[in-house]
Amino acid sequence: MQTTTSPRAPGKRPSGEPRLSWSRAWHNSHLRGWIYQAGVLISVIALGAYLIGNAQQSLSQQGISTGFGFLTGSAGFEIGEKLIEYGSSDSFLRAYGVALLNTLKVAVASIVLATVLGVVAGLGRLSRNLLVQRISSVYIEVFRNTPQLVQLIFWYTIITRLPGPRQAISIDDWAFLSNRGLSIPWWVNDAAPWLLLLSILAAIALLLPALRWAYRRRRLTGRAQPLAYAAALAFAALPLLILGLFGPSHDISVPALKGLNFRGGLTVSPEFLALMLGLSLYIGAFIAEIVRTGVLSISSGQIEAAQSVGLRPFNIYRRVVFPQALRVMVPPAAGQYVSIVKNSSLGVAVGYPELFNVTNTIVTLSGHTVEAIAIMMSIYLGISFAIALIMNIYNHHVQIKER
Amino acid sequence: MKPQQAATEPAVQLQDVNKWYGDFHVLRDVNLTVGKGEKVVICGPSGSGKSTSIRCVNRLEEHQEGTIIVDGIEVNSDMRQIEAVRKRVGMVFQSFNLFPHLTVMDNLTLGPMLSQGVPQDEARDRAQQLLRRVRIPEQAHKYPGQLSGGQQQRVAIARALMLQPQVMLFDEPTSALDPEMIHEVLDVMTELAEAGMTMICVTHEMNFARKVADLVVFMDAGEIVEAAAPEAFFEAPRNERTRLFLSQILH
Amino acid sequence: MSSRPCVSHAIVKSSPARPAPARESTFQNWLRLNFFSSWFNTLMTALALWALIITLPQFIRWAVMDAVWYTPDAELCKAAAGACWAVIPEKYRVMLFGTFPYEEQWRGMAAIAIILMLAAVSALRILSAKALALSWVAAMVIVFVLMLGGVFGLAPVPTHRWGGLPLTLIMFVGTVIGGIPAGVLLALGRRSQMPAIKALCIGFIEIVRGLPLVTVLFMASLMIPLFLPEGLTIDKFLRAQLAMTLFFAAYAAEVVRGGLQAIGRGQYEAADTVGLTYRQKMTRVILPQTARIVLPSMMNEIIRAFKNTTFIGIIGLFDILRATSTAMQDPVWVRYSIEAYLFISLLYFVMCYAMSKYSQGIEKKLRVGR
Repeated sequence: MQTTTSPRAPGKRPSGEPRLSWSRAWHNSHLRGWIYQAGVLISVIALGAYLIGNAQQSLSQQGISTGFGFLTGSAGFEIGEKLIEYGSSDSFLRAYGVALLNTLKVAVASIVLATVLGVVAGLGRLSRNLLVQRISSVYIEVFRNTPQLVQLIFWYTIITRLPGPRQAISIDDWAFLSNRGLSIPWWVNDAAPWLLLLSILAAIALLLPALRWAYRRRRLTGRAQPLAYAAALAFAALPLLILGLFGPSHDISVPALKGLNFRGGLTVSPEFLALMLGLSLYIGAFIAEIVRTGVLSISSGQIEAAQSVGLRPFNIYRRVVFPQALRVMVPPAAGQYVSIVKNSSLGVAVGYPELFNVTNTIVTLSGHTVEAIAIMMSIYLGISFAIALIMNIYNHHVQIKER
Repeated sequence: MKPQQAATEPAVQLQDVNKWYGDFHVLRDVNLTVGKGEKVVICGPSGSGKSTSIRCVNRLEEHQEGTIIVDGIEVNSDMRQIEAVRKRVGMVFQSFNLFPHLTVMDNLTLGPMLSQGVPQDEARDRAQQLLRRVRIPEQAHKYPGQLSGGQQQRVAIARALMLQPQVMLFDEPTSALDPEMIHEVLDVMTELAEAGMTMICVTHEMNFARKVADLVVFMDAGEIVEAAAPEAFFEAPRNERTRLFLSQILH
Repeated sequence: MSSRPCVSHAIVKSSPARPAPARESTFQNWLRLNFFSSWFNTLMTALALWALIITLPQFIRWAVMDAVWYTPDAELCKAAAGACWAVIPEKYRVMLFGTFPYEEQWRGMAAIAIILMLAAVSALRILSAKALALSWVAAMVIVFVLMLGGVFGLAPVPTHRWGGLPLTLIMFVGTVIGGIPAGVLLALGRRSQMPAIKALCIGFIEIVRGLPLVTVLFMASLMIPLFLPEGLTIDKFLRAQLAMTLFFAAYAAEVVRGGLQAIGRGQYEAADTVGLTYRQKMTRVILPQTARIVLPSMMNEIIRAFKNTTFIGIIGLFDILRATSTAMQDPVWVRYSIEAYLFISLLYFVMCYAMSKYSQGIEKKLRVGR
C-alpha cells in the first residue's frame, strides 16, 4: 500500500482557512493565554481606577487632602504605655513608632512564654508519666479549642476584677498583683536592665564557642577538659557580676503602696498582662502540638539504631532525635510566631496601645484613612516577610542533603 | 559477669525464651545456642517471630520468660548489663536506619566516640578501614540520602562493626533493596563470615544460607520447627511445614 | 566451614500457646511504671500532684459546691461565695441571639437547627459531593430568607439586628462555602503559566496572609464605603462576610496548593493524553484527588475560621462573644461576667473539639484506605 503525503510548502496552512482570524487566535494556546491575561489586567485596572476615582471624590467632598504629609503634624492624643518618650504634641510619625515598639514588646514577651509553655506541654504530652501526660493534654485541648479573643477577654476580666492596690495579692511583700497590674521590683537606673540583657547575650556568645572547643578537645584526646569548663563558668558568671554591680541593695526599688497606687518598681499594666497571657497560652498549645509531632516524626528505627551503637538516652536525644526534630519543628513554629505578631492586633479589644489600636485612633483624628491604613499594612507585612525570610535562610542552611 | 570465658562457651544462648505481646504468645519456648565464630540463619514466614527473637538478644524487645546470655552476660532489666551486651553486639536493620543529618563518617564515629570514649583520630581511622572493607571508601563525606540502597546498607554494616562486636545480628538486611544491589551486600556479609565473625541472620536469601551457614533454623508461629546443617536442611527437611515453606521460597 | 564440630544447635519444641503470665500485683506495677519509674518521674509526679492540689479543690468549691445554679434574684448571688451560674438562664437569650427581636427568635433557632443538621449530614457523608454542595447552598438561601424576613409573612429583620449563635453560624458557613471555591481558583491561578494571573494571585495570597484578620475586617468595614460611589452602600454584615471569605480563601489557597503539588505529574500528563480540556482535567481528575489529600489541613482551616468569627465583634457585629459582653454590661449582673464567658467558652470548646475529633477520624480513615 502506498501512502502518499502531499509535501506541504513551508508556511502553507491547510487550505480554506484565512491566515488571520479570531478563531485561529482563540485556539492558539499561546495567544489565548495572552488574551486572557490582557482581559484580566484590563478589568483589574479598570476596576481599580473606578474605585480610586470614587474614593478621591468622596475624600475631596469631605475636604480631606491625600498624601503622607499629615505624618509630621501634631498627633493630639496620649498613649498610655510607651517605651520611648512621647507626648500629645509629638508627631503622628512618632506615635507610629511608639505603637510599633509596643507591638514588638508584647510580641517578643509572648513568643518567649509561648515557646516555653509549648515545649513543656509538648514533651509533657509525650511523657510516660500519666499525670503529666493528662495535664498537658487537657491544657492543649482546652486552649486550642477556644477562640483567642474569648481567652483574651476572659483574662482581662479576671485581672480587672482583682482587688485594688490596697488589698493586692502580694508575694512576700516585694511583688504585688492587683487590678492595676503586676508590680515587681525593678532597677532605678534605666540602663541597668539593658546592660543585664547585653551581658546575658555576651555570656551566651562566649559560652558556646568555649564549650564547643572543650568538646572538640575531648573528642580529639578522649579526655575531659577542666580548663575549658572553668572558662565557661567564668563567662556564665558575667551576668551575675552585672547583677551584683547593680544589685538589690542600691539600685532596685521595691514597689510600695503610697496612697492609692504603687510607687517604685515596675508595674506591668493589666492590658499588657492580659494580652500576653491571651497570646501565649493560646499559641503555646499549638506549639506544643508542633513539638509533639516533631518528636514523633522521628522513626523508632533511628532510636533503635542509636541504642544499638551504644548511645545513652541523653546522647540519643541530643545527637539523633533533637537535630532531626528541630528541622521539622522550626517552619511551623515560625508560622506561629508570625501569628503572635499579627494577633497582637487584638490588643484593641483590651485597650493596649499596639499598632492596630493606635492606627485606629490616628484614622479617627487625622481623617487620612487610606494613608494611615497603608502604613499599618506595610508594617505588619514587613514583619511577616522578615520572619519568613529568616525562616527561609534557616531552612536552606539546615537542609538534609539528598541526591 | 564472668571474668574469663572458656573457649567452648557459646556466644549467644537463648533458653526457653517466651514473649507475649499483650495476650498474643509471640515467642514460644525458643531454645537456640550459637557457638563462637559460627553462623546461624533463621528463616520463616512473616509473623513467625524470627525478627523478634534476634531483637530480644540486644534488648530492643523484652522477653518475659526464659534466659538470654550473650558472651556470658545475661540480658535482663539491669541497664548496665544491657549496655554491656549492646557494646558486644552489632545490629544491621532492614531499613538501614542511618542518621540522615550526619555524614557517613559521622554516622560511623558517633557511637564509639560518645559511648566508648574513643578519640576522634582513632575513630576516624577505624572508620576509613571499615569503609575500605565494605568497599566504599570514597563515600566518607557524603550524606546517606546521596547514596544508593546497597551503599547505605554497607555503611550500616560498617557502623555496626565500628564497636568491634563479638556477635553481628542481621534483621532481613537485603529485603528493602533493589535486586541488583542485593549481591553487593551479601558479598560483604560473606566476607565477614569467612573472617570468623559470629553471625545470626534473619533472611530469605537461601543461597547465602547454603554457602555460609553452620546451622539453618526454621521458625513458624513463634516456635522453632526445624534446625539442621544446611545440606540436611535443604536436601532433606524433616518437618512438613519446613517442606511447604521451602517449596514456596525456592523456585 | 571449619572441620571442628558445630556448637550451634537449636532445640525443637512444640509448645502450645499459653496466655501471658499474670504479673504479681498489676495495680502496684502500673503505679510504679507510670509514676515512679525513675527519680525524675517521681519528681514530676510530685510536682503535678502539688499543682493539682493547690488549684483543683478551690476551683471545684467555687464552681460547684458554693455555686448558685438558678435564681432570678441577683442578691442571692451576691451573698454566695461561689459561681453564679444563674446569670446564664437570665441572659442566655441575649447571649445566643443578640438584639434579634424577642418574638422572632424562633427563626434564629430554626436557622441554627438547619445548619447543625446539615453539618451532621455532611459529617456522616451520606450525600455525594455535588449533592452536598447544592444542599448547603440551598440551605443558606433558606436561612437568609428566614433571618431577613420580609416575605412569606415574616417580619423583616435587618442584618444589623442579627446576633449571637445564628450570626456566628451564618458567618462561618458563608465564609467556608465562599472561601473554598475562591481558594481553589486562587491556587490554580498561582500555578498558572500566565505570568500576569500568577502574579496577581501570588500578590493577593501573600498580602492577605501577612495581615492580621482584624485589620482586614477593619479595612473592609471602613474603606469599602469610601470606594463606593455616592448612594451605594453595602450592608456591614456583607462587608464583614466578604472580608472573612477573602481571608479564608487566601489560607485555603495555600492548603490546596500543597495538595496540587503532591499529585504527581503523571496524573496531569495522563489527563492531557486522554484528551481532556483544562476544566475537565481539573474537575474530574486533579481536584477530586486533591480533596482527599488536603482534607485534614482544610479541616484545620475550617476550625480556625470558626474561631475567627469572634473577630467580627471588633467591627461592631454582635456575634456570641460581643453579645455576651454587651449583655454583661447590665449593672445588676455585671460582676458575673466570668461565668458567662466560661459558658460560651464551653460552647465553643464543644463545637471545636467535635470538629477536630471528626477531622482526626477522617485522617485515620484516609491513612488506612491507602
